[in-house]
Amino acid sequence: MTGLFGEIFLSALLFGAVTAAIPLLLAGLGEQMSEKAGVLNIGIEGMMLAGAYLGFVGAFYSGSLWLGFLTSAGGGIAVALVMALLCVRIGLNQIVIGIALTLGLEGLTALLHHFQFSRSYPRLPAVDVTVIPLLSDIPVIGPALFRQHLSVYLAVALVFAMGYVYRRTQLGLNLQAAGDKPAALDVAGIDVVRTRTIAVLTTGALAGLGGAFLANVGAGLFIPFITNGAGFLGIVLAMLARGRPVWVLFGALLFGVCLSLTTAMQVAGINIPTDVIQMLPFLAVMIMLVLFGRRASLPAALGIPYERGAR
Amino acid sequence: MSIDTAPSAGATALDATAAVVTRRDIQHRLLMTLGPILAALIIAGSILLAVGVDPLAYYSFVLKRGLLSPLGIQQTLTRMAPLLFLAAGLIVAFRAGMWNLGGDGQFLLGAVTAAASAPALVQVMPAWLALICSFVIAMLVAMIWSLVPALLRAYQGVNEIITTLMMTFLGTSLANVLVKLVFRDPGTTVPQTRTLPVEDRLPRLFDTTITSGLLLGLVAIITVHLVMTRTAFGLKLRIVGANPRAAIHAGLGVPKLTVAVFAISAGLAGLAGAVDILGVQGNVRADWNPAYGLAVIPVVFLARMNGFAAIGFVFLLSVLSIGGESAARRLGVPNHFTLVLVSIVLIVLALAEYLDHRYNQSRRELKR
Repeated sequence: MTGLFGEIFLSALLFGAVTAAIPLLLAGLGEQMSEKAGVLNIGIEGMMLAGAYLGFVGAFYSGSLWLGFLTSAGGGIAVALVMALLCVRIGLNQIVIGIALTLGLEGLTALLHHFQFSRSYPRLPAVDVTVIPLLSDIPVIGPALFRQHLSVYLAVALVFAMGYVYRRTQLGLNLQAAGDKPAALDVAGIDVVRTRTIAVLTTGALAGLGGAFLANVGAGLFIPFITNGAGFLGIVLAMLARGRPVWVLFGALLFGVCLSLTTAMQVAGINIPTDVIQMLPFLAVMIMLVLFGRRASLPAALGIPYERGAR
Repeated sequence: MSIDTAPSAGATALDATAAVVTRRDIQHRLLMTLGPILAALIIAGSILLAVGVDPLAYYSFVLKRGLLSPLGIQQTLTRMAPLLFLAAGLIVAFRAGMWNLGGDGQFLLGAVTAAASAPALVQVMPAWLALICSFVIAMLVAMIWSLVPALLRAYQGVNEIITTLMMTFLGTSLANVLVKLVFRDPGTTVPQTRTLPVEDRLPRLFDTTITSGLLLGLVAIITVHLVMTRTAFGLKLRIVGANPRAAIHAGLGVPKLTVAVFAISAGLAGLAGAVDILGVQGNVRADWNPAYGLAVIPVVFLARMNGFAAIGFVFLLSVLSIGGESAARRLGVPNHFTLVLVSIVLIVLALAEYLDHRYNQSRRELKR
């Protein structure tokens, strides 16, 4: 117990927090884009699972982590394509289809896992870390933040790339308009359905990547229901971030710390049942919603399918 | 932070009862229900084929075990009891345009409190009174659990999809904590609550193993259906569901109605947990979570939020899950397949409804 707040413990805690935060970050960024464009994507949990499963399969059989990321993005996009066709193109209820997709992929990935891996439970080797010179020598923070897998840095870079897209590009404006006033976008001569489809497919890709990170980098294996609500946490992050990618990053790190505490406290031998600690991130969400829920702003046309000429 | 995504049937529910049901109507509805189910069976079957399982053998096994064997049908009817309560709770919420997705947390907390109170109460009062008290306690606990999302939605406008989902994750963990730390049976090594003796549980129907909870479930869902379609209170809720702004202008106290809807919906989910424990399980083991709540959501959509149709779909789901559990043991196909099947049915049905709507629309335009 003497090492509870020692350097190594804190460093491990932070390292775990970052690893736990990245899937939430990717899911949150993805959901943010959908929501900006006016699509409430409840199917994101299913997209993450598809990405986690296909990412693991890709990485396992090819031996390349990066190929795994590629297949995971493909898996996420495939599920998102169903969502885009049903909810954006023909305007079915987004919540109904989202729940159906999440349930279906929970079942499907668990089923496939059972027939493929349930006897062997294969694992991937531990990932290589990229050490950033100088910065990684800072005590406590250095080993935690600057000795991570390359994909971690890329995910963080994505936050700023998304910020740029939203603020400085035509696409960013189009996305915003598709969520706030789709009719105006249509009048300006830009296809609402196409804009929203781009957003939903991007969400699928990001959610898939998040799932793959969870399985391949975080855990090193795929187990059924591995996401365990990460997609739903992503939805909350997107709602609280009020359209700003940087806030998704902060939120994800906060939840990452909560999740990381779960393992850290067990390692430290603190005698609290895991169930109590597992409640932490969700408790944090509820407290944040109670405190800031009123201030969270959502696009005006969120959840409403766009139909040209409809009143 | 509220979203105007009232369930699509909520808007049409107002005139649904007034429609004159002709024979052709019934035929059409049957076709629109059975067609998609058949299509979904074929799609799901091709998934089975892909993993090397004979779909026909699987389906016939599920049918035999869940429906046609005497033991199977009794288990199926018993399984219906909690599912009917859950479906009743969801019908109230969805018709009022509120997405209570927290059924599992409410269910488990109801189950745990019923499991904790019943064995203690039977020692101080007659069994029938103990059962009633346990039901009431379970209902109240689930109602209180729903208060946070209800108040947030009613007075702060916080989206209830998120809050109920978060509360369900919290509730599942809390139920586990209660089983392991507070209500743990000191007499056993496995973490579980004290077991209610079989003779003190809900009576079984006649000479079968079917629980009388089935009757309670049927009463609950039919009552809910009648209240929602035939009473002023139900009409108020449906107006809130169809158009919350119009409801405010009509002078309805929307925040209070919101809290009421959540309380009823969660209370029924709590009763579902209680009926499963007091009728079938007898205790709650640690980490027990049948996740009925999520599985019932598609069922309620499939039934278009109609109580009577929901009974039929709940029966179907019970057959699938009892047969599926049996198939998991015998054929080695995990029960997760049921989830896949249900979700495919839901998607295909939504698609069929859309196509049907489009077809009718274009025909109407042609006539003009």
